[in-house]
Amino acid sequence: MLKTLSLKSVLITGAAALTIAGQAYAYEPARSAECIAPANPGGGWDFTCRSVGKVLVDQKYFSGNVQTVNMSGAGGGVAFAHTVSKRDSDANLIVAASTATTTRLAQGQFPGMNADQVKWVGTLGADYGIIAVGKDSKYTSLTQMIEALKKDPGAVKFAGGSASGGWDHLKVLMTAQKANVEKLPRIRYLAFSGGSEALVQVVGGHVDAFTGDISEVKGFMDSGDLRVLAVLSEERLPAPFDAIPTAMEQGIDSVAPNWRGFYVPGNAEADSYDWWVSTIDELYKTQEWKDVMTKNGLMPFHKSGADFTQFVKNQTLDIKILSQDIGLIK
Amino acid sequence: MDTMSLLMQGFAVALTPESIMFAVIGAILGTLIGALPGLGPANGVAILIPLAFSLGLSPTSSLILLTSVYAGAMYGGRISSILLNIPGDEPAMMTCLDGYPMAVKGKAAEALAISAIASFFGSFIATIGLVILAPILAKFALKFGPSEYFALFALAFATLGGITGKNQFKTLMAAAIGLMIATVGIDISTGVQRFTYNTLELFEGVDFIIAIVGLFAISELLFFLERHAGDGLKQVAINKLKLSPKDIIKVLPASFRGAVLGFVAGVLPGAGASLGSFISYTLEKRVSDKGEFGKGDPRGVAAPEAGNNGAASGALVPMLTLGVPGSGTTAVLLAMLISLNISPGPMLFQQNADLVWGVIAAMFVGNLVLLLLNIPMVGIFVKLLSIPPKYLMPVVTLIASVGIYSVSHSALDLYFMVGFGVLGYIFRKVDIPLVPIILGMLLGPEMEKSLRHALVLSDGDWGVLFNSGLSIGLWTVAILGLVLPIIIGPIVRAKMKRSKDTVKDS
Repeated sequence: MLKTLSLKSVLITGAAALTIAGQAYAYEPARSAECIAPANPGGGWDFTCRSVGKVLVDQKYFSGNVQTVNMSGAGGGVAFAHTVSKRDSDANLIVAASTATTTRLAQGQFPGMNADQVKWVGTLGADYGIIAVGKDSKYTSLTQMIEALKKDPGAVKFAGGSASGGWDHLKVLMTAQKANVEKLPRIRYLAFSGGSEALVQVVGGHVDAFTGDISEVKGFMDSGDLRVLAVLSEERLPAPFDAIPTAMEQGIDSVAPNWRGFYVPGNAEADSYDWWVSTIDELYKTQEWKDVMTKNGLMPFHKSGADFTQFVKNQTLDIKILSQDIGLIK
Repeated sequence: MDTMSLLMQGFAVALTPESIMFAVIGAILGTLIGALPGLGPANGVAILIPLAFSLGLSPTSSLILLTSVYAGAMYGGRISSILLNIPGDEPAMMTCLDGYPMAVKGKAAEALAISAIASFFGSFIATIGLVILAPILAKFALKFGPSEYFALFALAFATLGGITGKNQFKTLMAAAIGLMIATVGIDISTGVQRFTYNTLELFEGVDFIIAIVGLFAISELLFFLERHAGDGLKQVAINKLKLSPKDIIKVLPASFRGAVLGFVAGVLPGAGASLGSFISYTLEKRVSDKGEFGKGDPRGVAAPEAGNNGAASGALVPMLTLGVPGSGTTAVLLAMLISLNISPGPMLFQQNADLVWGVIAAMFVGNLVLLLLNIPMVGIFVKLLSIPPKYLMPVVTLIASVGIYSVSHSALDLYFMVGFGVLGYIFRKVDIPLVPIILGMLLGPEMEKSLRHALVLSDGDWGVLFNSGLSIGLWTVAILGLVLPIIIGPIVRAKMKRSKDTVKDS
């Protein structure tokens, strides 16, 4: 019974896809798919899986459901290893990823694994990096802060929510590097177990500056306790963040989007990869996804297929070189 | 009143059918767990955490369920104290003193009703205390820099033994074991892996939820196996309830005093519910006109029950605002919060206002549910006491395994859970307390991080640890907390024992 039903629904969705898209893939998705969120419920990856899964079902890409499976461990390493070793040809699996994934791949924190072992599908938005200070800070612009760092790299102490060498730390280093600050390893970074913990220390006046993402600071920005010196994006962000200057406006060529996207197993049939890429492209354009982005503070950032694969390659290489330069890895 | 409107929003969350359902389920399960001798509130919450995970509950629903279990366990502990003279959990020990004599006199129903009313008062007043104190403390928490946090964690460890703790050395040993387990995984201050031996599953360290479920729930199973999964407790008949409003009014002052004292004891780290009920009872004995304490005085039932329920809510204050648990159960709740990606502390009241106030409002709702459950329906719980554990324990094990597996879909986690279960069994056999292990695991990394941050900020000057009035104050309390139990502890325990012996003799 179940079998005939699923066969029938596959045929129907297949026929529908044929007529609507006018383009046939040899690959037809199964009734249901699985999305691995490589962390516990409640975090960014969990959000990516659940929200994308919901839109995929609402938009009738799947007649069944898209099941989110939480698989935490090693900052995504356990899920990466699982995908590579046990699910390498599973066409109905997607895995949530972000800049944290590429950072760890670049620094060799998934031992014996690299970015080429999976296929990178695309991104569905990004959370841009920011550098902020408490309201009583003597710094009112990023330029001032960079000048201070040029004189003494230990002059400003930064707090962030990622481990030492993680994305929040790298953002500061990348910005300082672009501004030609010397002695990068001497920049002080305090690692906290989450953005909010770090933020409290900066607002409380215990640490000089905060490095994090724009989505983390809205509360304290509105209350006036936090002054955002720069957002690390190419252009100014849409309202209500349009008053924040970019680092580029201040003469520092630093852009740091924390993208949200997916990879799929490396040896699934080629057509399934194409199907996922075009599905993510279509999904990004839907009104429903736009609403999800607005509601959750995600900024526009879309790359997919070959474009995205090249982006991941470049980002991994950049992070690797930077990490070597500052002595985080050998 | 800002707090008032937030609390009203909280009630909007707490009064949804879903929230009420979880509050009721939590209250029933909690009362049952509390009533079963041996299963304390910490075990109860530990056993039910996997249930929340396997049902895939939202953070708000999970917390409502578990705080209701917590409150329910504090209510339930009294049932076996009164009927069987066996405390359902440690905080309910003082309730035996007057509760059991009342039952012997044929007033079991009255004792149960009075203690339920007192429990209600204890929880109610302490929850109001929580509503008032928590936002203030959350704002004040901004003053805590790394050096103050380090002093606060030192305080939490120093007061760990508490006044009722038996063997300081074993407590210390347990905390050290917890600290050792906590060093496994990535060291976020340097990004270096410690003791992971290139095993991916260990990169983020040992998950404390797994440790908690193993240590508490699985070791409980092993204990039951050892006792040959005996039959349930023999059933006790209860008389028909005859309680006049006058009787209730008579115990109100005692309940009120007990609630306030309990709340204060709960807020202080390390003191906890046992001390809350002890000092409430002792004070009541002092202030009341003669009375018949130890022989079945209703006030002797009301005071400790209000005290231990008050302490239970009080212990949530430091847990929510500072991320430092005030008791074993709140340590377990804290672990739950962290694994739901919710970081406690001042930001909790800003970022997760819905959740915090929803849970606080749900505590009021749960408390009312518990009062209703515990007066007209207490007979059902008494019957449930006679369920043979041989049916209960397999269910517990099943829930634990499914829940742990659903967190990360890793078989290794299950092996770890069983490993911790065996470890927990051995520790309990040799009287090494389990709660300090959990606290060591939870607070160890935080403490290390705070110390490192303090030293980075001061460029390596250790003097920074004592350079604010706040940190000096915290160090003073920490030293007192460490020294006082060694002096006063034996005296208090002797007193507790003596008052218990008098009951047995009479």
